[in-house]
Amino acid sequence: MFAPVQSAFAAALLDPERPVPAGLSTHTAAPLNKRFAAYRNNVVVGLVNALGTRFPATQRIVGEEFFRAMARVFVTAHPPRSPLLMTYGDDFPDFIAGFPPTAEMPYLADVARLEAARTRAYHAADAAPLAPEEIACLKSDSLQGLRFLLHPSAQVVRSAHPIVTLWAMNSGERELGPVEDWRPEDALIARPRLEVEVRALPVGGAAFIVQLLAGQTLEEAATAALADAGDFDLARNLAGLIGAGLITGFAIEEPRKELP
Amino acid sequence: MSIESRLPARAGVGFKPVHFRDIVAAVQPLGFFEVHAENYMGAGGPPHAQLSKLRADYALSIHGVGLSIGSPRPLDRAHLARLKALCDRYQPESFSEHLAWSSHGEVYYNDLLPLPYTEETLARVSEHVDEVQNTLGRQMLLENPSTYLMFAESTIPEAEFLRAVSDRTGCGLLLDVNNVFVSATNHGADALDYLARFPLERVKEIHLGGHDEQADDAGAPLLIDAHQAPVVEPVWALYAHVIARTGPVATLIEWDNDVPEWPRVLAEAQRANAILGTAGSAKAA
Repeated sequence: MFAPVQSAFAAALLDPERPVPAGLSTHTAAPLNKRFAAYRNNVVVGLVNALGTRFPATQRIVGEEFFRAMARVFVTAHPPRSPLLMTYGDDFPDFIAGFPPTAEMPYLADVARLEAARTRAYHAADAAPLAPEEIACLKSDSLQGLRFLLHPSAQVVRSAHPIVTLWAMNSGERELGPVEDWRPEDALIARPRLEVEVRALPVGGAAFIVQLLAGQTLEEAATAALADAGDFDLARNLAGLIGAGLITGFAIEEPRKELP
Repeated sequence: MSIESRLPARAGVGFKPVHFRDIVAAVQPLGFFEVHAENYMGAGGPPHAQLSKLRADYALSIHGVGLSIGSPRPLDRAHLARLKALCDRYQPESFSEHLAWSSHGEVYYNDLLPLPYTEETLARVSEHVDEVQNTLGRQMLLENPSTYLMFAESTIPEAEFLRAVSDRTGCGLLLDVNNVFVSATNHGADALDYLARFPLERVKEIHLGGHDEQADDAGAPLLIDAHQAPVVEPVWALYAHVIARTGPVATLIEWDNDVPEWPRVLAEAQRANAILGTAGSAKAA
């Protein structure tokens, strides 16, 4: 029966403490440790490499040796649950946040969240942005009940740390150097066309976009953004979304009628 | 209604996005490109934009790495449905998968893991291949694996196991000549003996790739299927031996790790084209 042999084989792949499973053989009498290790190594190194590919700036910040050791711990504790490796590591940032050796780097998990969002944006559905003229023709008396549909790739990562600056410096987008103005940055990650773009949002922008993504009306989103940041600038934030090509549609809801 | 696997009998290359600009800049002397199915299961973005362009210009082989056909457990229906959607969208000339398992329980191991060759596993693999072919509405090709270990319970030689699966299901075979060399070396066997048992008339695609050389506990050579290097000379010799018997067959160069510049990969494909061309003119004469 193969099933019990396969179960033992599978269990030993991610646990180097387990002996080589019974039922395996080779053409000589030599021990099988290195042969079984070839499979263990393919599994673990392959998954560590996949994380390195998805989180290059995170890896650059902590160094390759530290990153690979951390990734190895993650891989053995959280192996993939799907053959779609593009989704592998969605929960790696949460793991980093709780990984004691990175306690001195509280920004690291947020940089990793930004990188995880970049992969999701890369694979997200395509959608054509509305032309600015189509948005400009909305009449101001129809703005009540207006909902904007954002591009399927659009995501927000909020942070108490300058994650956009840290990501840019560690991904070759900006020269590496000391962060002179260490302040919170919220990131907008999106892929309006074929390139994934990362932007630092103006004050209140994150709250505003999060509400729009949740399907709230423009009015509700602006109210939430003002509550989040008193100097939230609706015109500037809206222009930013339009300019980035992230508004792909809109709907205007008729005012609700009173129930009889 | 079942669509037969029908790649052109020329060289092809496993597509790497890093080569996209070079590939579209000229007409490549290639019959087809092959992609790993799982990399194209996102909703949109550059992967689909690039694959659509390649598909418009060349024949396409979709090669799955995550279906776990060799598992005793049922196939992942959700994954099979994703494969069907991908094949329906791109209408590839061929779909192939491996004689191996990669998932167990909830976990996906991201490797092609070995199985024993017995009447029990033969029945199970054949059921799985039937299910794939019935779901996709097309013939699939099943690929021989690289293996580093054997199972005490195995009773059927691998080449005969593959022949039996093909007999029972009507699937075609994908002969990976590097895997033949790797497994034969690892198990102290003769690659030519393996090929003599192999049903070459069922082969509709050939894979060629590089491997890594390590040693087992006794210091015997342990070759690892790593696709990180050029095809070695003994594998080219085996390939010429196969083509002399089969005539021209679609032949893929696989270079998945430490990927070099496009011209280096293309040179490997051109070497395969030269061997295919010689076989083609010998057949015609």
